[in-house]
Amino acid sequence: MITIKKSKSGIGLKQAVEKLSGVDLSVCLQCRKCSAGCPVAKIAKTRPSEIMRRLHLGAGNELLESDLVWTCVSCETCSARCPMGIDVAGVMDALRKLALETGASKQEGNVPLFNKAFLKTVEMFGRTYEIAMIGAYKLGTGKLMNDTEKFPTMLKKGKISLIPSFGGDRKTVRRIFKKTKQNKGAGK
Amino acid sequence: MRYAYFPGCSAESTARDMHQSTLAVAGALGIELIEPKGWTCCGATAGHQTDRVLAASLPAANLVKIQNMGLDCIVNCAACYNRMKVANHEISTDSDIRSSVADALGQNYDGSVKVRHLIEVLLEDVGVKKIKASVKNSLSGLKVACYYGCLLVRPPKVVNFDNPENPTSLDKLVKMTGAESIDWPCKIECCGGGLSLSRTDVVVNLTDSILGMAKDSGADCVAVSCPMCQVNLDLRQQDIKKQNGKDYQMPVVYITQLLGLALGIGPDKLGFNKLMVPASKVLEKVI
Repeated sequence: MITIKKSKSGIGLKQAVEKLSGVDLSVCLQCRKCSAGCPVAKIAKTRPSEIMRRLHLGAGNELLESDLVWTCVSCETCSARCPMGIDVAGVMDALRKLALETGASKQEGNVPLFNKAFLKTVEMFGRTYEIAMIGAYKLGTGKLMNDTEKFPTMLKKGKISLIPSFGGDRKTVRRIFKKTKQNKGAGK
Repeated sequence: MRYAYFPGCSAESTARDMHQSTLAVAGALGIELIEPKGWTCCGATAGHQTDRVLAASLPAANLVKIQNMGLDCIVNCAACYNRMKVANHEISTDSDIRSSVADALGQNYDGSVKVRHLIEVLLEDVGVKKIKASVKNSLSGLKVACYYGCLLVRPPKVVNFDNPENPTSLDKLVKMTGAESIDWPCKIECCGGGLSLSRTDVVVNLTDSILGMAKDSGADCVAVSCPMCQVNLDLRQQDIKKQNGKDYQMPVVYITQLLGLALGIGPDKLGFNKLMVPASKVLEKVI
């Protein structure tokens, strides 16, 4: 059974998610096909169908702290199989955006930090620069030793590069980052 | 056959082998690939998990460059392919996104550049007849599990690639090499994608179940067309051994590597030495 605390932020959350994702939450039939196909439903404490139901019933910002928000792998199986054509993965993207904006608690693994480190190198170099990205992420999480045993082999095989790529059109990429930061929340 | 070829950031790091084998196979089949000057990152998963306008603008920066070249865009990385297709869709169907993207880029883009995956070009433009006629080494006896992952086939209405629940494009290419494409149920399961570093535990469990099914289905190797799938399935076998105690030693190769071998291209020119799990079961078919 799903019990929720109805709150003002609930109505706000439902509207914000619908606006960001373009999804009409009321058409969900609760058939749970999204949860049946979700590869992380077994691992996460919440399932996508539950997120959909809670949102529709008017759950508040506590929903942004659900572990599925950051355990979701964005594989889009849920959206592809929804008989009502709901873009469930788009709803998850909207929840992540709102979680970042409201500073909702970070889940295990700190995906927001990874995304930030990834995008920072793109902003700086125009293309991903993995060593810097991994370094920034590891410093942030404090798990410095994870995967380090693989670096020598990867370096030898040329699977990771010490120096960043210099061929990208950095000017345009920097403009994109500047503009999207300025117009936060622009578009749907 | 001339196309604009978008290599993607992985082509310069973890997927040098994909890039190398793509160029070699294209050369052997008379496909001319031209890199757009100054191409930049598509934003990948981090982009769309952060902001919808950013996620559409980063691919669009490249698509505008390709529009000026007057060519169709070919992508071999499934992740870049997906982001470019989704950006085109969002820009051409949502006027708010289109104007926000125009503002971010400093120029208008209408979402009309045709984005195609290399597999589509091989099957539709080069054709079965020409590929079959170009095969010099048969890989007969090799059992291949074709793994499509998520981003090639989803979202189905946007990417419009093959049958989203039971795709067969990779299987068709594998059969052209003389190898056998096995029937197995994990073609479109998720490997964990971008969570490789942040939630390695999740990726290890997902890839363990995929590789286990490939092994139980009798595969000698897994064929992929996505750098993230390749890294997760190949590199994480060490972690599966540590975390779950299973040692698969299952080679995970790019479809362009298999095709290249069949076309008579040397393994050194196809990046076989870059794989973490050696593909000796594959290479013994041609040596």
